[in-house]
Amino acid sequence: MTKAYTPGLKVSASTTYRVRRLLPVPGDVRVQVGARVQADAVIAETFLDGDVFPVKAASLLGVPPGELPPLMLKQIGDTVQIGDVIAQSKGIFGMMRTQAKSTAAGTIESISGTTGMVLLRGPQTPVQVRAFVCGEVVEVMPREGAVIETPAAFIQGIFGVGGESWGPLVAAAAQPAEDLTAQRITPAMKGAVVFAGGRMTAEAIAAARSVGVAALVCGGIDDADLKDVLGHDLGVAVTGSERIGITLIVTEGFGSIAMARRTFDLLISLSGKQASVNGATQIRAGVIRPEITVPLAECSSASVASRGATAGLLHVGTPIRIIRDPYFGLIGSVSCLPEKPEVLASGSLARVLEVKLEDGTHVTVPRANVELMEG
Amino acid sequence: MRIVATDCGSTTTKAILIEEIDGVFRQTFRAEAPTTVEEPLADVTIGVTNSVTELQELSGYTLIADDGTVIRRAAGSKGDGCDVYISTSSAGGGLQMMVAGVVREMTAESAKRAALGAGAIVMDTIASNDRRRPHEQIQRIRELRPDMVLISGGTDGGDGKKVVELAELIAPARPRPRFGGEYRLPLIFAGNKAVRGDIERIFSAEGFALSIVDNLRPTLEQENLGPARERIHDVFLEHVMAHAPGYDKLIEWTNAPIMPTPGAVGDILQTIARERKINVVGVDIGGATTDLFSVFGGVFNRTVSANLGMSYSVSNVCAEAGMEQVLRWVHLDMDERELRNRVKNKMIRPTTIPQTHEALVFEQAVAREALRLAYAQHRAFATKLKGVQQQRTVGDTFRQDEGAGSIVDPMLLDLLVASGGVLSHAPRFEQTFLLMIDSFEPTGFTEIAKDSIFMMPHLGVLASINPRAAMEVFERDCLVPLGWCAAPKGDVRIGKPALSFELRGASGMIAQGTLSGGQIRLVRLGVGERATLEVRPERGLDMGAGAGKPVSRTIEGGQVGVLIDARGRPLHFPADHAGRRTMVASWVQAAEVYEGA
Repeated sequence: MTKAYTPGLKVSASTTYRVRRLLPVPGDVRVQVGARVQADAVIAETFLDGDVFPVKAASLLGVPPGELPPLMLKQIGDTVQIGDVIAQSKGIFGMMRTQAKSTAAGTIESISGTTGMVLLRGPQTPVQVRAFVCGEVVEVMPREGAVIETPAAFIQGIFGVGGESWGPLVAAAAQPAEDLTAQRITPAMKGAVVFAGGRMTAEAIAAARSVGVAALVCGGIDDADLKDVLGHDLGVAVTGSERIGITLIVTEGFGSIAMARRTFDLLISLSGKQASVNGATQIRAGVIRPEITVPLAECSSASVASRGATAGLLHVGTPIRIIRDPYFGLIGSVSCLPEKPEVLASGSLARVLEVKLEDGTHVTVPRANVELMEG
Repeated sequence: MRIVATDCGSTTTKAILIEEIDGVFRQTFRAEAPTTVEEPLADVTIGVTNSVTELQELSGYTLIADDGTVIRRAAGSKGDGCDVYISTSSAGGGLQMMVAGVVREMTAESAKRAALGAGAIVMDTIASNDRRRPHEQIQRIRELRPDMVLISGGTDGGDGKKVVELAELIAPARPRPRFGGEYRLPLIFAGNKAVRGDIERIFSAEGFALSIVDNLRPTLEQENLGPARERIHDVFLEHVMAHAPGYDKLIEWTNAPIMPTPGAVGDILQTIARERKINVVGVDIGGATTDLFSVFGGVFNRTVSANLGMSYSVSNVCAEAGMEQVLRWVHLDMDERELRNRVKNKMIRPTTIPQTHEALVFEQAVAREALRLAYAQHRAFATKLKGVQQQRTVGDTFRQDEGAGSIVDPMLLDLLVASGGVLSHAPRFEQTFLLMIDSFEPTGFTEIAKDSIFMMPHLGVLASINPRAAMEVFERDCLVPLGWCAAPKGDVRIGKPALSFELRGASGMIAQGTLSGGQIRLVRLGVGERATLEVRPERGLDMGAGAGKPVSRTIEGGQVGVLIDARGRPLHFPADHAGRRTMVASWVQAAEVYEGA
């Protein structure tokens, strides 16, 4: 066997990028097929049910649950404000009446004669879905959302935090190994997607947040710095909903690690263009990797990129990245795919491959420890 | 007879072939292929067809038809195909449930036990006394996206108000199912039968698919989980599986209902405990979760530690246990900052494997902590029924040992079964053996085995239609005996005499000796070799017959042998760094854990 199957991250200078933008619950779609939209355009909107607030009305009135319904002053569907009297006891000869008051603004949803509980429904919450990228609406799913398509440069990161953001792409380093330090962040980077080569330091992240940078893209990040940014140690890589005021994306991994030359050069070539980024990462069944999308005027490739994992086959000559120690982060190409498993230094028997590194040396690594560098 | 069984996991679909050879069922071939539930293929049967096609190539039998289906041959035929095809599934995140009960320690706990026993992941347990305010509970219910909801509460004939109140909170919260769209959320009610009318009224208008089964806690003294568990399995097939990509086809292909993978593992362990009349603990440590199963005195319990695993959740293990706790098992020099980054890199690239000796040592140290945490959770959950009045003596009043009330008693444990990547794929049996002993700290005499290629799920389903075949394959091909651990309970003093032992085989003395506190000794005893082991503990140490009393037992060897463990229970480490490292290194050497160690 001279082929192997291994997942990889996509780095493409030109592709057709397609993204599905869906509401969490059915609502109204605001665009039509063929429309051109900007990244911040509202595609669809809806309302989510309001919160529910229970009021133990019968016990507040001191009556059995079954006696509550005739004592209600407000009925199902009635609107109430905080503090409104919703039920009142008969009292003694009309005196010493006790009252049950509303604890929230909303409408009366139900009155239970079994438990004596009244449920109030708060006001609905509006939800909007934006286009995320500048492009054309190519499909509309009635009441659900739409698909936006655009020619684009597309880069998948390995890990990110923070959600969707967009802004002009700005370089903060000239070489892929240069770390992003606080000194490289300037006030002019406000609202921009800033990239550098090596590690993003804690100080650089703090400086970027204070300036109002939209997103940072680098080769690596230290675990300790991520912990500082999040305020806790990340246990499971399901991210995207953090409210940290910035989106962070790393393309290679944790530690001091240079961005792959190809990725860095592509970003340099796109400097100044509008980029849409999403730090959301999910490493479970249904892998989601962070992504950087830069819409282009036209596409010079027939490939299509969409949100989700990519995978491919390894052959001799395939460019790969080693993704585990002792050669973590090194880049090279497959020089040999031995058929038989070999015993590793750990003592495990595993299928391996030989890699010709960029400096010309050859190393042997388990096939599980490389990933394809996809174009 | 020829049986094909598949287990559709989140990443891999594993197929095995079982054949009746000379009147005995044996597992003969094994194959695997990537699972195809996710986009772009989004059809589980493609992965099944691929894995069975590989099985076909390995075995030489024609098992797959031109249309990709598994060929079934006519009864008595000797031709192509198989006689039976069965499958389990945990793809797409398995079965995710929300459970609710009135009292957290009673009906809510019984509901959780029923859901876990059926093979579900319990996302949250809502109870009237769970210390959350009602609006916080409603908010939580709204955030969850379960496949199914199980509600319990109240004993039959008891007060019904509280459970109706609970239902009145859940209904308007309108939990949204994971599959969205037109899917009506299945809801099972297994509570006080007197309020069934109220439950029907509350959930009729809210877009739920309600089913009602017998109360799972009809009286305080009785737990009746069977009907709820069966209904969960039915609903899993009818609703959840039917909405997962390709399962409608797979359901038609199989000869027995598709079971959630952990449910099937639980079934086979219960079968083995019943057949051998023993107490069993089984563990399956995966990338994301660790499942623990126990059968003690015929009572089955399962827990899922949702974020304790070796790849997706490895970072969480280190965060929860603390890096210091992980590194106490390491006898080599390691840089903590570097390790922290490595842990995160494993989390984001979960399929990588250790290439260096150092990486393997660290990974196995993490595994020890993951297993210890998961076992502690399991012991705390597997308790006698709470809420039942019990007579206590004055002596009981002063007993406050750890895990009091847990039915999982290490001294009564007969068999400990290991499965899951880090245990099954460890380069040496000795590594799995010591890893299990360090993590579970068995006391008395305990047999340790591992699942050779994780075929317990397949055998669990097989047991439902052919128990003999399942047992024969389990005994002969599934379990790999590693050996026995003999360890007294109690605190030892480092360097002071702790026990003496004698191991006698059919042809005389195999080994004898005296161990001091903190020492271990490995004696080789091969698979099938029988011997009598007598252990004489010092005062204050107990081998099961009381402190200081000798105990002997006939044991059978395994791939590793017998470990005499005088480290005491619970395990203690020297406080100073150098002393700890020297001691851990002595254990590693004594148990011959690493080649040339």
